[in-house]
Amino acid sequence: MANIIMFCILAVVILGSAVMCVTTKRIMRAATFLLFVLFGIAGIYFLLDYTFLGAAQISVYAGGITMLYIFAIQLVSKRTLQGLVERLKGSRVVVGALATLAGLVTVVAVLLKNQFINAALGTSDTEVPMEQIGKALVGSGKYEYVLPFEFISLFLLACIVGGIMMARKEEEK
Amino acid sequence: MNIPVECYLVLSSLLFFIGVFGFVTRRNLIAMLISIELVLNAADLNFAVFNRVLFPGQLEGFFFTLFSMGVAAAETAVAIAIIINVYRNFHSDQVNSIKNMKL
Repeated sequence: MANIIMFCILAVVILGSAVMCVTTKRIMRAATFLLFVLFGIAGIYFLLDYTFLGAAQISVYAGGITMLYIFAIQLVSKRTLQGLVERLKGSRVVVGALATLAGLVTVVAVLLKNQFINAALGTSDTEVPMEQIGKALVGSGKYEYVLPFEFISLFLLACIVGGIMMARKEEEK
Repeated sequence: MNIPVECYLVLSSLLFFIGVFGFVTRRNLIAMLISIELVLNAADLNFAVFNRVLFPGQLEGFFFTLFSMGVAAAETAVAIAIIINVYRNFHSDQVNSIKNMKL
């Protein structure tokens, strides 16, 4: 019962913040509502007993990516972005809402009519032990992930270099 | 008492399509990027839920979500560098103002 109440609170927070995030006119508020959505998703991970995933979500998304957004918004321009009020065209909103509703109805109908979901076993309420996660993350055997782990560190390094290269002011042509 | 899996899936598809709606309607580069984050989060949530509910003994979806977070961080860093550069060159952050990729 407590799980269901928690899930309902988190779902309301996530969906409300997401709607506010895409409809608010000011870009700073959109970034703040994105932060609430990310915290809500981390709460869902905690509810699923994936505590490591929830902690990673909070530290990477809420701590890292939102900070990037806020720094970009604050750094780009004081006048244009911070107090930016965007005008939305009514026709575009209507067309977007129609396309979104059509897709949503299709996807939810397929998900709810599908029978394989009923094959789900009862979820065990035990947390995945940290030892198992660590061994699977840096092990090199079957169903172990040392290669993607190393690859993503290289990938992040390449992205840091690329970001610095792109955002740097060019001195002379 | 367990939460039925349909609730998670409906939540994540709602989040996904809210992100799609934002991506279609907004014309600001950073707002579009924020909408993409919503879509990515919905996909991550689906991976974690399917792994937890249908295959609780394995960790494939768990690690896919973990690596997808890293890729999302890298994508955001590069995209924000591009946006700052676009702003510097075009003095605007609307997609309509960018007609050519090169100046």
